[in-house]
Amino acid sequence: MTNQETEANSAAYVRMYRQMVRIRNFEDQANQLYLSAKMPGLTHMYSGEEAVAVGICETLKPTDKITSTHRGHGHCVAKGADFKQMFCELLGKEEGYCRGKGGSMHIADQSNGNLGANAIVGGSMGIATGAALSAKRLGKDDVTVCFFGDGATAQGLMYEVMNMAALWSLPIIYACENNGYSEYTKTDEIAAGSITGRAEAFGIEAFQVDGQDVLAVNELTQKLVDRCRKGEGPFFIELETYRYHGHHVGDINRTYYRTKEEENEWHATRDPIINFGKWLITEGVVVQDELDEIQTEIKADATEAVAYALEAKYPDESEVDMHVFAETP
Amino acid sequence: MREITLSTAVNEAIAEEMRRDETIFLIGEDVAEAGTPFKITAGLVEEFGTDRVIDTPISEPGFMGISVGAAMTGSRPIVDLMFGDFLFLVMDQLCNQAAKTHYMSGGKLNVPLVLRTNMGATRRSAAQHSQSLHALVAHIPGLKVVMPSSAYEAKGLLKTAIRDNNPVVIFEDKLMYQDKAPVPEEEFLIPFGVASVKREGEDITFVATSSMVQVAEKAADMLAEIGISAEVIDPRTIVPLDEETILNSVRKTSRAIVVDEGHQSYGVCAEIASIISEKAFYHLDAPVMRMGAMDVPIPFSPALEDLTVPTPERVFEMARMSVMGEL
Repeated sequence: MTNQETEANSAAYVRMYRQMVRIRNFEDQANQLYLSAKMPGLTHMYSGEEAVAVGICETLKPTDKITSTHRGHGHCVAKGADFKQMFCELLGKEEGYCRGKGGSMHIADQSNGNLGANAIVGGSMGIATGAALSAKRLGKDDVTVCFFGDGATAQGLMYEVMNMAALWSLPIIYACENNGYSEYTKTDEIAAGSITGRAEAFGIEAFQVDGQDVLAVNELTQKLVDRCRKGEGPFFIELETYRYHGHHVGDINRTYYRTKEEENEWHATRDPIINFGKWLITEGVVVQDELDEIQTEIKADATEAVAYALEAKYPDESEVDMHVFAETP
Repeated sequence: MREITLSTAVNEAIAEEMRRDETIFLIGEDVAEAGTPFKITAGLVEEFGTDRVIDTPISEPGFMGISVGAAMTGSRPIVDLMFGDFLFLVMDQLCNQAAKTHYMSGGKLNVPLVLRTNMGATRRSAAQHSQSLHALVAHIPGLKVVMPSSAYEAKGLLKTAIRDNNPVVIFEDKLMYQDKAPVPEEEFLIPFGVASVKREGEDITFVATSSMVQVAEKAADMLAEIGISAEVIDPRTIVPLDEETILNSVRKTSRAIVVDEGHQSYGVCAEIASIISEKAFYHLDAPVMRMGAMDVPIPFSPALEDLTVPTPERVFEMARMSVMGEL
């Protein structure tokens, strides 16, 4: 490896670390907003799954598309979104990505190719597949990544669109974030057979990867994105991961479906940020002080963005019936 | 003027628009070589190829969802839903996704797609191939709903729908596909939200949609024979709805019957009747009446099926009673 390549790699590693820390900080602040009753409604935390969104989105261009889920803040940050506009959206403010009309479960950031979170489990799988059809038909080399959870594998839409994606060789990667729980139920209890076997039945190449290992996720996805651009899609990835919080922020007493010991074990041994930080130091990419600086800087950014969003104004009442229909010239 | 069938009118509209705009594609079950069971899209695949006339598996939610995503990313899909009854299969993608995306994104994302489907009973097709479900989608904010009453409307409204930046659902009456009407050779578009006064009259207003326009016109002919003059209004689009043309007519005639093939309860008849009652109440000389399909699943037996939908005779009788003060 030349020095230039090493430097480029180092910069990419540090960027991935930063992005994971950004997601964790965003979620910590969102959780506090909920617990202190400053946020309307509720939200679903991505904490613990950061390596999935970051490992994947770091391989994508701004024009590549993603579709996201109800647990979507991580995808949004990883695809390039800004803290202030995101917090404004969570709080229903005018400066939010969707002018406060979407909220946590519908954040979309078109400028970075994020076609939106979705509050229907599995509801965006058609949209993602359609984005891939558009790209192919219109002669663009854009790739689409469809994020969804293990719970969404129980939806029929997934099988319909994977069938068509395979028939039509669409440039799409189905990224199944298997965090072990379908809402409040163990995945083992809702999914018969193997997850990857579902894609393989359509002749789609399917892979399993440790979703807590950002480099492993990134390396695999990069290969698949490159192959998609060459017309070799679709692909399917099952990413083994873990959500630190409950199904949503209000799901606090959850010992009836998941033990404290299990949660502690994942925090202690499989945290994607801690483990990647250790690796960066061992490999001599950074020293601990640099990681501490990143943590401090991002925490300050998030705190400032929250303060900004809390003060930001709500949409004017005249907006309530605006955007029902798009203008047609 | 030349006369063409409604089926040919739809085919022409799609072909003309596809020639004009490369981002348009047609997608659905058996739309390519088969040209759909009604042969409406016959010949299009020969001109535009399988890249733009796309046959799908029998996966309505799947190709509906794919079309929503394609519409959000620079394409303009025309979705062919073989029977209106299959709307129930695509409701999540149409109503939770397509209809709400522009609003939920604060106006940043558009979903310019057309969903063509059909409606209409008396084809002896029983309860799952005979429904008229336009009220269902008209209830959902964010969807435009189009109901052509002849080949002329079918062509002009479809071309407008394809150029609209919103999801538009078009209901064609499947019994009218072979009905001919005068349609200009030269290009024309019919704007949404502009009703057509099909026949002028003085004593009573019929507001009628789709094939019920012909039913209302026949009833008007029968009424003319007993000296009653009926006006027939075709809204052409129920979302947006041209309230002014309807209200102006009722203010003139002081009586109204709304005729629509959807089930009568909680339907399009009820909506238009209540608009008239709210906004033209002091001009009315008789209760505003609804005449929709009976509130029963459409039966197979011809002896029963024909009882379920409005007929010229029933519209005539209701109008006669209204004008004679017998309601």
